[in-house]
Amino acid sequence: MAERLRDLLSIEELTAAQIAFLLDEAKPFQEFQRYPLKKLATLRGKTVALAFFEASTRTRISFATAASRLGADTMNLQAESSSLKKGESLLDTARTLDAMKPDCIVMRHSSSGAADFVARHLDIPVINAGDGTHEHPTQALLDALTIRDRRGSMENLNVTIIGDILHSRVARSNLHLLGKFGCRFTLCGPPMWLPREFECLGKQIRRSSRVEDALEGADAVIVLRVQQERLHEPALPLDEYILLYQLTPERLKIARPGALVLHPGPMIRGLEIDPAVADGPQSCVLEQVTNGLAVRMAILFVMIATGSETDDAKGSAHAAH
Amino acid sequence: MLLIKNGRVIDPARGTDAKLNIWVDGDRIARIGPAEAPERPASPNGQTLDATGLVVAPGFIDLHCHLREPGGESSETVETGTRAAARGGFTAVCPMPNTRPVNDNASVTRAVMERAAAVASTRVWPIGAVSLGSRGEALAEIGAMQKAGIVAVSDDGRPIASAKLLRQVMDYCRALDLPVIDHCEDASLFAGAVMREGRQSVRLGLRGMPAATESIAVARDIQVTELTGCRFHVAHLSSRASLDLVRTAKKRGLQVSCEVTPHHFTLCDEDVVYDARFKMNPPLTSSEDRTALIEGLADGAVDSIATDHAPHEAATKEVEFDRAPFGVTGFETALALALELVHSGRLSLVRMVELFTTGPARVLGRKRSIAPGEPADLTLFSTDQPWTFHAKESASKSTNTPFDGRKFRGAPMATVVAGRIMYRRDA
Repeated sequence: MAERLRDLLSIEELTAAQIAFLLDEAKPFQEFQRYPLKKLATLRGKTVALAFFEASTRTRISFATAASRLGADTMNLQAESSSLKKGESLLDTARTLDAMKPDCIVMRHSSSGAADFVARHLDIPVINAGDGTHEHPTQALLDALTIRDRRGSMENLNVTIIGDILHSRVARSNLHLLGKFGCRFTLCGPPMWLPREFECLGKQIRRSSRVEDALEGADAVIVLRVQQERLHEPALPLDEYILLYQLTPERLKIARPGALVLHPGPMIRGLEIDPAVADGPQSCVLEQVTNGLAVRMAILFVMIATGSETDDAKGSAHAAH
Repeated sequence: MLLIKNGRVIDPARGTDAKLNIWVDGDRIARIGPAEAPERPASPNGQTLDATGLVVAPGFIDLHCHLREPGGESSETVETGTRAAARGGFTAVCPMPNTRPVNDNASVTRAVMERAAAVASTRVWPIGAVSLGSRGEALAEIGAMQKAGIVAVSDDGRPIASAKLLRQVMDYCRALDLPVIDHCEDASLFAGAVMREGRQSVRLGLRGMPAATESIAVARDIQVTELTGCRFHVAHLSSRASLDLVRTAKKRGLQVSCEVTPHHFTLCDEDVVYDARFKMNPPLTSSEDRTALIEGLADGAVDSIATDHAPHEAATKEVEFDRAPFGVTGFETALALALELVHSGRLSLVRMVELFTTGPARVLGRKRSIAPGEPADLTLFSTDQPWTFHAKESASKSTNTPFDGRKFRGAPMATVVAGRIMYRRDA
């Protein structure tokens, strides 16, 4: 087994072996999602704290479901009801959660580095479920699992990422992850969202402001959500974005035949992606969601389960609840 | 009578670098003589500081610090801040006016001066605000503050809001013979940023500001300096572009000066981690710009090393990086960090002393030298004393420093202010 993870804060700090290990661990859990009875006892008696300081629907539900299917209980902290609104500091809130003795904290926060900061102050494992514009490690893992499944390998591929690269934690995590497996990247988007420093995040990263050029030779295309709240700084007309960067069936033809289309969601049809592409045979969008469950189950399993409890429980899908 | 014997006296103002004895009488230097000469018998209540193996320099001046009093006493006070300054070898410090209330009128200035007279370990030379409340609108009561003791004006913490205000204050201060100090920053490029824009900001997903955020404002200020003929000083200069503008202005004969902080010449943006002890404004610069700053320190383009000592109580800094206030403490590590440049051969010892003494004095239109009749403000330091800085042992009320646990070679050993030993390190 690879070096044991204390926290999962970023993909950048993981080795290729650790990543491959996590993806292999996710394999049985992928299968498991098809079982009629989706409940394991692996983490029975364990508690997962879900601390979502930033609003999130899919990632929170995905983690909550993953925990529940492993038999763990969850504690929920949501932005709207958070004591942060009452002026409590992140550290005090985290310490309060910690004092309720969960076995790990899954954390989403709008500040880059927030999970890193909390992990430094707490002893229990912290899983970063997205921190500001820094990283979103579980998203990159589920993307990798999806690509590996569909293509048989995720090594040495041409990957094109389209959208608001600068503000995307998904882009950063994907660059780090797939970069460790020899993938070559073309980043594409409006130039003010595409600073040249991105080329320093890996060995084979280039930028292109023309989507037609960026798609040439692509084995996989990751379409990022256009965060409409970003459009006002500076004002970029929505129609302009659609005209220049939307992934349309015609543009997708420029990529390699059968190129995969991924989107981290939530997806806005007709904005960053044409509905025909979103629903087309090359789209992996719904597989990504299912794989997200498998990856998050694997991560919770690896980080919480210990010793003898681990080996026999995994895979015994109809363990009593 | 105080005798400081056998030290290596370095006085950049007089070109002195020799082993000498210094006799102090009251608050003034009485006599300077060869170290080997027979000691004049000390008076019955006389003191002796043995400076063998130490450098004896004119008292260090810090042009830029925040003592937080009034209004921010939970993070620092005149008493604790100046005690930390004395431990850092400083004999005079210039607190910025961004207190609560802002030092924009003579009664606040007087309150700071009175507090200093009662409890300070160093001289306190306050800097007054440019504008009322530092809001960038109406001019503050600069003339009255000058009578009460300010030595310069600045809206530090913020840039001087407009070229028009800058022109007004420069016209005004030229007549008063006061330097205008600006925290140079283009507000629109700064908005929302928490570190220098570059590879590291992209990697960390933290919003960056380009170096031009500073140099655009430096360019504006230099042009207004030319328009008015006032003395102008750039606070915490942090980029090659800004430094080039200062160099050119100096060549043209304008009275432009600048300071660089120890954290800017020591660290760079690659050192930033998600820890607000690495967050200050201007932010840590690129390594290329850091090299330019060090060159400027060595060749005279930079006039002064200033700390921008900016204490914040722990609770305000122990938060998400982007929510933390800007600023780090700096009094107690400034000299040791400058000595790192000396040890690595990038700065001469004499030049370093100049940057802490005659350099900042000149910015304020003052003289600083070791001569009979001059104020007995002296800094004694070792160039090789090994020590480790522990923030929790600091005299400051705050511990927000990126240098906690750093090992140093060379330290302040004694600080003499107006003839009194205000700090003495146990060897």
